[in-house]
Amino acid sequence: MGCEMKGRAAPTRNAPLLAVYAAFVFGFIYLPIAVLTLYSFNRDGVGGFPPRHFTADWYRILLADSAIWDAVWNSLQVAAGAVALSLTLGLLAALALDRVDFPGKALFRRIVLLPLILPGIITGLSLLMFAVFAGAQLSLFTVFLGHGTALISVATTELFAGLQKMERAQEEASLDLGATPWQTFWRITLPNLRLSLIAAGLLIFTLSMDEIAVTFFLIGRDNTLPLEIWGRLRRGITPEINAISTLIFAASVVLIVIWYRIRTRDIGAQSRQLLERP
Amino acid sequence: MYSRAYKTIVSFPPLLWVGLFLLLPYALMFAHSFWTVRDGFIAHQWNLQNYRTLLANPVYLGVFLRTMRIAASVAFFSLLLGYPLAYFLSFHSGARKELLYQLVIVPLWVSYLVRGYAWKTILGSEGVLNGFLKYLHVTTEPVSFLLYSPFAVVLVLTHIYTPFVFLPIYASLEHIPRPLVEASQDLGAGPMKTFLRVILPLSMPGLIAGATFAFVLSLGDFLAPLLVGGASGTMIANVVQSLFGAAYDWPLGAAISICILFITVGLLFATERLEKRWAAK
Repeated sequence: MGCEMKGRAAPTRNAPLLAVYAAFVFGFIYLPIAVLTLYSFNRDGVGGFPPRHFTADWYRILLADSAIWDAVWNSLQVAAGAVALSLTLGLLAALALDRVDFPGKALFRRIVLLPLILPGIITGLSLLMFAVFAGAQLSLFTVFLGHGTALISVATTELFAGLQKMERAQEEASLDLGATPWQTFWRITLPNLRLSLIAAGLLIFTLSMDEIAVTFFLIGRDNTLPLEIWGRLRRGITPEINAISTLIFAASVVLIVIWYRIRTRDIGAQSRQLLERP
Repeated sequence: MYSRAYKTIVSFPPLLWVGLFLLLPYALMFAHSFWTVRDGFIAHQWNLQNYRTLLANPVYLGVFLRTMRIAASVAFFSLLLGYPLAYFLSFHSGARKELLYQLVIVPLWVSYLVRGYAWKTILGSEGVLNGFLKYLHVTTEPVSFLLYSPFAVVLVLTHIYTPFVFLPIYASLEHIPRPLVEASQDLGAGPMKTFLRVILPLSMPGLIAGATFAFVLSLGDFLAPLLVGGASGTMIANVVQSLFGAAYDWPLGAAISICILFITVGLLFATERLEKRWAAK
C-alpha cells in the first residue's frame, strides 16, 4: 500500500514547467476574449494600447441599434424552430435506431451524422441547391429548415445515448400492465429522457444561434445575428461589435454552464461523460 | 415488444425527412459536379469536364495544396498546445482538475465569429498588438503582416480548434490505468521514459482523433480566411464560395465540394481504423 501511494504521488508532484505551459495555453485560449471585453468599454475604438477613457457608450449605442435587435429576434425564432424540429425528428430517429431493424440502418445513421462531420459550406451549398431545385424563396424559413435538418445529428446522438442508458423494464411493465404504446411513450419514455432532451435542446439552441457557414447560403433578406455582425465587419468596425460580442459570449457561457450541469447530472460519473465524447 | 405500428411511426418520418432534406441535397451536389454551365445556364449533360479542369488548372491545385498546408499546421499547433494541456490536467492538476476541465470546454461552444473577430481586432495594423508593441517602444511603425496572411488563418483556427483537440486526448489519458504508470516508475523508468513508452502510445488514439478533427475542420473552413486571411490566405472553400457566387459556375464548385467531401470522409474512415488498430494492440 505504501509503495502504491508513493507510486501514485510521484507523477502528480512538481511539474513547474508543464504548469507554466498549461497557464500559457489557457492564456492563449482566453486572452482574445478578455481583450474583446476590455475594448468594448474603450472610447477610442477597437485597437490601440493601452485602452483609455473607460465608457459604457458602446453598450448604449448597441441598445438603441434596432437592426441588431431585429437580427437577435430573427435568430431567436430560427433557433427555437430548429430546436423543435431537430428534437422531434431526432427523438424519432433515436427511437428507430434503438428499437427498429430496418434495411439501410447503418447507412441512415451515417447520413444523419454527415452535417456534423462535413464542412458547413458543403451542407449549406447542398441545401441551397435543393432550395433552388424545389423553387423555394430564400428566407428565414429556409434557414430554419437548414438548421433544423443539420442539427438532427446532434439531437439523435444525444437522445440515442439517453435511450441506451434507460432502464427498459419500466416500459415493459407499462406495456404488460395494459398501457397502450402511446401512453407508455408519454408517461414512461419521455419523462425518462427529460434531461437528455433539455441538454440536447440547449446545445442545439446555442449552435443554431451561432451558426454562420450553413446560414450564409440560405439567408434571404432578413439577417440572423451572426450574419448581421458578419455584414458589419466588412463595413469597418467599432467597439459596438465588441459590445455585442461580449454579450454573446456571456450568454453562451450561461447556456453552456446549464447544459454542462444537466449533462453531468444526467450521466452521473464524470468519466462516463468523457467516454462518450467524440 | 414494440408493435409494427410503433416501429413504423418512429422510423418513417425521420427516414423520409433525412432522405428528402439531407440525402437528396447531397445527391444534388454530386449530380451538379458532373454537369456544365452553358450560356449562363446549368446544362444537365453528364460529363467529367469539371474534374478534368481541377486536375489541369494549376491554380486549383495550388489552392488545394495551400489549404492542406494550413490545415496540417492547424492540426500540428493544436496538438502542440492541446496535448501538454491535456497531460497536465490528467496527471498534475490535482484537486483543481474539474474546474480546469470546465475552463477548457467552455470556449469550445463559444461563438466562432466572436473569436475570429477578437483576433481581427488584435492583429490589425491599428490593432491591439501593434498598439502594445508601439507602447513598449519595440516598434515605431505598425507591423502589417500579422493580419491578412496564412499565418493569421492558422492562428485563428488553432485558437478555435485547440479545445477540440484537447478533448479526445484528455479522454484517452484519463483512460490509462494508473497502475501501469506506477509500474513503469517502480521498475525504474524515469518520467521521460514512462511518458514515451507508456503514456504516449496509450494516448495515441486520442491524439490521432484530435489531429484529425483539427485537420478536417480546417480543411473546409471559408470564414477564417475571409475574416483574417486576405488574398494570400485564400483557401479551397473560398474558391467554392466564389464559384457559387460571382463566378457562377456551380458545377465546378460542386466538383471541388465533392473532392473536399471525399477527402474528409476518407480521412475520418482511415483514422478511425488506425485508432482501432492502436487500441487493439
